[in-house]
Amino acid sequence: MTTESTYAGLLAACSPDLATHTALHGHYPRSSRGTLIRLLADAGLHGKGGAAFSTARKLDSVTGRRVVVIANGSEGEPLSDKDAVLLERAPHLVLDGLQLVAHECGSGETYLYAGSQQLHFLRNALQERRTAGLTEPLVTLVASPKTFISGETSAVVGTIEGRAPIPRDRSVHSTVAGLKGRPTVVHNVETLAHIALIARYGPEWFRTRGLGDASGTTLITLSGDVTVSGVVEIQMGIPLDQLVTQYARTDTPSIRAVLVGGFHGGWIDAQDLPTTTMTTTALVTVGASLGAGVIHVLGHARCGLKTSADIVEYLADQSARQCGPCINGMPRLARALSEIAYRSGSVHTQESIRYLADLVEGRGACKHPDGAVRLVRSSLHVFQHDLRMHAAGACEVNTRMGAAS
Amino acid sequence: MILGIVTRSGRALPGLPRFGVQNVHRAAALIGVILVVVHMLALLADPYAQLKLVDFVFPFLSDYRAFWLGLGTLAFDILFAVSLTGLLRNLIGSRTFRLVHWSAYALWPIAFAHGLGNGTDSRHTWFLAIAIGSAVAVTGAVLWRLRTDFVEYSTLRLAEGT
Amino acid sequence: MSTKSPKVLHIDWTTCEGRGLCTELLPTLLTRDEWGYPLPHDRRREPHIPAELETDAQRAVKLCPRASLRVLSGQDR
Repeated sequence: MTTESTYAGLLAACSPDLATHTALHGHYPRSSRGTLIRLLADAGLHGKGGAAFSTARKLDSVTGRRVVVIANGSEGEPLSDKDAVLLERAPHLVLDGLQLVAHECGSGETYLYAGSQQLHFLRNALQERRTAGLTEPLVTLVASPKTFISGETSAVVGTIEGRAPIPRDRSVHSTVAGLKGRPTVVHNVETLAHIALIARYGPEWFRTRGLGDASGTTLITLSGDVTVSGVVEIQMGIPLDQLVTQYARTDTPSIRAVLVGGFHGGWIDAQDLPTTTMTTTALVTVGASLGAGVIHVLGHARCGLKTSADIVEYLADQSARQCGPCINGMPRLARALSEIAYRSGSVHTQESIRYLADLVEGRGACKHPDGAVRLVRSSLHVFQHDLRMHAAGACEVNTRMGAAS
Repeated sequence: MILGIVTRSGRALPGLPRFGVQNVHRAAALIGVILVVVHMLALLADPYAQLKLVDFVFPFLSDYRAFWLGLGTLAFDILFAVSLTGLLRNLIGSRTFRLVHWSAYALWPIAFAHGLGNGTDSRHTWFLAIAIGSAVAVTGAVLWRLRTDFVEYSTLRLAEGT
Repeated sequence: MSTKSPKVLHIDWTTCEGRGLCTELLPTLLTRDEWGYPLPHDRRREPHIPAELETDAQRAVKLCPRASLRVLSGQDR
């Protein structure tokens, strides 16, 4: 294993070519089958695609012959850039991870699913690997459409099979029967990059990279009312206030709330930032999620309800339109929230929004409505005060801006 | 036919819940198939008709009133396919089911024409009364089928598909 | 020790058209939402089927005009 003193970060490479990659991280780490799962279990790595499922557990659940491994870099989340940046800056880390997982599962057929812009970098990287002799297993590049839902596991499988990029009904998990009925494991591209590093530096190294009990690092995309935006690698377990001051160079007094996770995530009130850490458990407790690693800051000049309403309108529009409750319920939910956010004297109340949220939750082929409901519930909670103001025809923003001047 | 159309609407009938409509549709279809088979067996045994087994499967091959008989054979071929999709409903995909089961709309007029053209009682008033009554009922049901508010709840729902 | 695993009702939402036959056959398990789609009383993604309703559930599976229902073992759900 390479010594940890040489590690510079997921995005440290100044150039995406193989030579830079090898100089920075060392050669591809060969290992015998069965060792990778143990390494990942000891490291405590969780998926970086949104569900944050234990990577070791996911790999362990794959049994059978002719396993298919899919690297998912589609990144349908509009506020997220990390997968695109990772694929363009460090394609070899992702491909190393893909190769390691394929070897562990005894798979000879792998796919990499990402936007056509990113596939360009991967094509070059694959060519370099072929020349260097790292040819197995077969990696097929598949372009993903720019839709929100195209990154959902069964949608990924469906697209690769040549069907529509929308979720399918699953009574059996894809690790049992996925692509063409074969055991299929789908990993986010960032997860694969972490796997490539854990295989080199070991699980202990990964654990110590996190703060407190949390393991490792993660990529996040900073956006919104911040001084510094973009993709950055942060330590898991970092308190959110430290995250925004250190990485976004934004003072917490200028923040009203932070959207963590993405459009399927949740809002964190500014006052809760110091006590909320970047871990799955802490975020779930406050009604948010790690999600796609999105950190979107809402300053005092923007209305949280309007921002949330716009997000839910987008989510309703991005429905695959297969399932009755989602087709009918999501637009109603979006309209209810929009009416409260944008018009005074709306007939809609918190109760009617909660009623609609309860109606769409858990009723559909995928978790799209569930994610939207999470966002809606957290906005009702965090912007509670603003809800009352909107009902009276006012808005927090005007009051705050008025007081400031 | 009518029960099949009512089934498609997702509506209940007075005194008959939706699952009842489904069950009666299946039972009536089964009875209909049995009656057709009895009709075919009777014809096989009929020396006057002079039909060979092949005439029950391949249309328009017989000597006796070839066209009208051919329609009957064709109708049975379609009936066989439609019944098969009905029985294997849970095994075949919904697209295959719809495609083949829809041929019931072709089945009915072909069978109707066969009955009028081949029937030995087609001159009698009682037969014509039944025939016209059936035609009016089925045509009415098909026209109802074409309305945009045909499916229950359709006026309360947004459309499916992108 | 009972070896029977609990059963759940799996709804294929991509084919369900809310025709309502299942809600008639399993009224204590399902009701209908305002658009006609089945809504489990227990609000689970896959409602638990009590033993006494297993036969009715199988009937609903066979009768669903869209073949959208399946009875699955509740082990990993």
